[in-house]
Amino acid sequence: MTVLIKEHAKPSIQEILESGKFLVTGEIGPPKGTDIDEMIEHINLLKDKVHAMNITDNQSSVMRYPSLGTAILIKELGGEPNLQVTCRDRNRLAIEADLLFAYTRGIRSVLCLTGDSIPVGDHKEAKAVFDLESVQLLQLIRNMEEGRDSGGNELKGGVKFFKGAIVTPEAVPIEPQMLKFEKKIEAGAQWFQTQAVYDMDNFKRFMEKARKISDKVYICCGLVLLTSPGQIKYMNANVPGVFVPESLAREMEDAPKEERLATGIRIMARQIRQCIDEKLCDGVHIMAIGKESVVPRILEEAGVDITKM
Amino acid sequence: MIITTSKPFEEVLKELEGEDKVFIVGCGSCATTCETGGEEQVAEMKAKLEAEGKTVTGTVVYEEVCHELNTKRKFRENKEAVEAADGFLVMCCGAGVQSVREATEKSVHPACNTVFLGNIQRHGHFVEKCSLCGECVLEDFGAICPVTRCHKGILNGPCGGTDEGKCETSKEKDCGWTLIYNQLEKMGKLDRFRKIYGLKNWQANMKPGRVIFEKKGEGGE
Repeated sequence: MTVLIKEHAKPSIQEILESGKFLVTGEIGPPKGTDIDEMIEHINLLKDKVHAMNITDNQSSVMRYPSLGTAILIKELGGEPNLQVTCRDRNRLAIEADLLFAYTRGIRSVLCLTGDSIPVGDHKEAKAVFDLESVQLLQLIRNMEEGRDSGGNELKGGVKFFKGAIVTPEAVPIEPQMLKFEKKIEAGAQWFQTQAVYDMDNFKRFMEKARKISDKVYICCGLVLLTSPGQIKYMNANVPGVFVPESLAREMEDAPKEERLATGIRIMARQIRQCIDEKLCDGVHIMAIGKESVVPRILEEAGVDITKM
Repeated sequence: MIITTSKPFEEVLKELEGEDKVFIVGCGSCATTCETGGEEQVAEMKAKLEAEGKTVTGTVVYEEVCHELNTKRKFRENKEAVEAADGFLVMCCGAGVQSVREATEKSVHPACNTVFLGNIQRHGHFVEKCSLCGECVLEDFGAICPVTRCHKGILNGPCGGTDEGKCETSKEKDCGWTLIYNQLEKMGKLDRFRKIYGLKNWQANMKPGRVIFEKKGEGGE
């Protein structure tokens, strides 16, 4: 079988995690439009600083350049993509077809998400699909790996992906979230990236619960860059499953305006360091949300150099 | 109960442009409860149309406009007024409007938007709890429907948008999956929550739906 991109310049996410290395991933949010110059700049900036890059799939239900196209672009530029697939915009036929295509273009890691709801985005009158959701998507991929599509038909050439999923450590209530985490593992999830975490004590408690459920899956701590007191207030009030503790909010408020970004960088660098030093988890996922250019600085402050790990 | 809301009067007027003589049909069932097409609303509509210079040739309000034979019968009973009309304004659900379509060759106009199959919580308060998926899953979820009461209609637990029992789409709306979790926990049946629910058959009722009773003696026995 022809796989168009045969040679992988970079080790895969699976190889990194299975070798026991601490995984560092970044994130690329594709633009709204065909001007992809800035995105290419970000990819080039990150491709050697992180092991892999997530590509968001119409993030927050806002229409953008596609995640699959960006994943291929990352491969072409010599980086390693972690393809985010949501179930909001495509039914099972479309998702399966995309996965066949992704596999033939050398994409090896897929992050399975349900997707945000339509009304939170910028196409508020669109028809939501949700033919399936994250747990069923994991199962669907497993079936495809066994050579069958969800219609039960045999595939002429199957797929093989390192199947990822997400979990929200700060979900309220947490019990249904943990049960769903368990179901995702049962459905085939091999590794997890978490929703943004700020309270590291809460994260430790979450990790204890998670490890009790499974000590086989890899869990990477999701970190979103803090940039201003306003952003913190907004996230605490409006983003489900995200909680920035008072101490961090104060640290940001106390910073002079011109040092807010530096403060956010310092906070995240500290969190990364803590994850590594205290062996809290298997990796970190850095979401800089528009500030991708500072990711190398965050890693430098955290003393993380993936070429030396 | 089929829940309807009234279209703005300006929209109704636009629908009736060029048709001076109108016959109004109201429904004694759901649209009466929704106060969108009962006796009172039909009388109000008549007065408003007349104020706009229209002639209302007749009005009729009866149980179940969706009943096609019934509708044809009502039209026969009101033959004169029906024949005098240029068009029909139907003040009930889309099923009723299309029932009227079957009863006349003239133009037929909807006066309402049909919004959902609803439960009545109290007077004037309607909520959607069933979306007619054609393959009932209530047994598995403590008699709370994830297909309808979760905004995304997902089947394996809450999405990441759930927050303190509310939905990411609106703090006014309960997270259906939190309701299901609490119900199953109360019943000591969380094992049902743990069960992975496979892909749903969304074609269980293949549109347009059709159910026909089998006559006794038919069907292969």
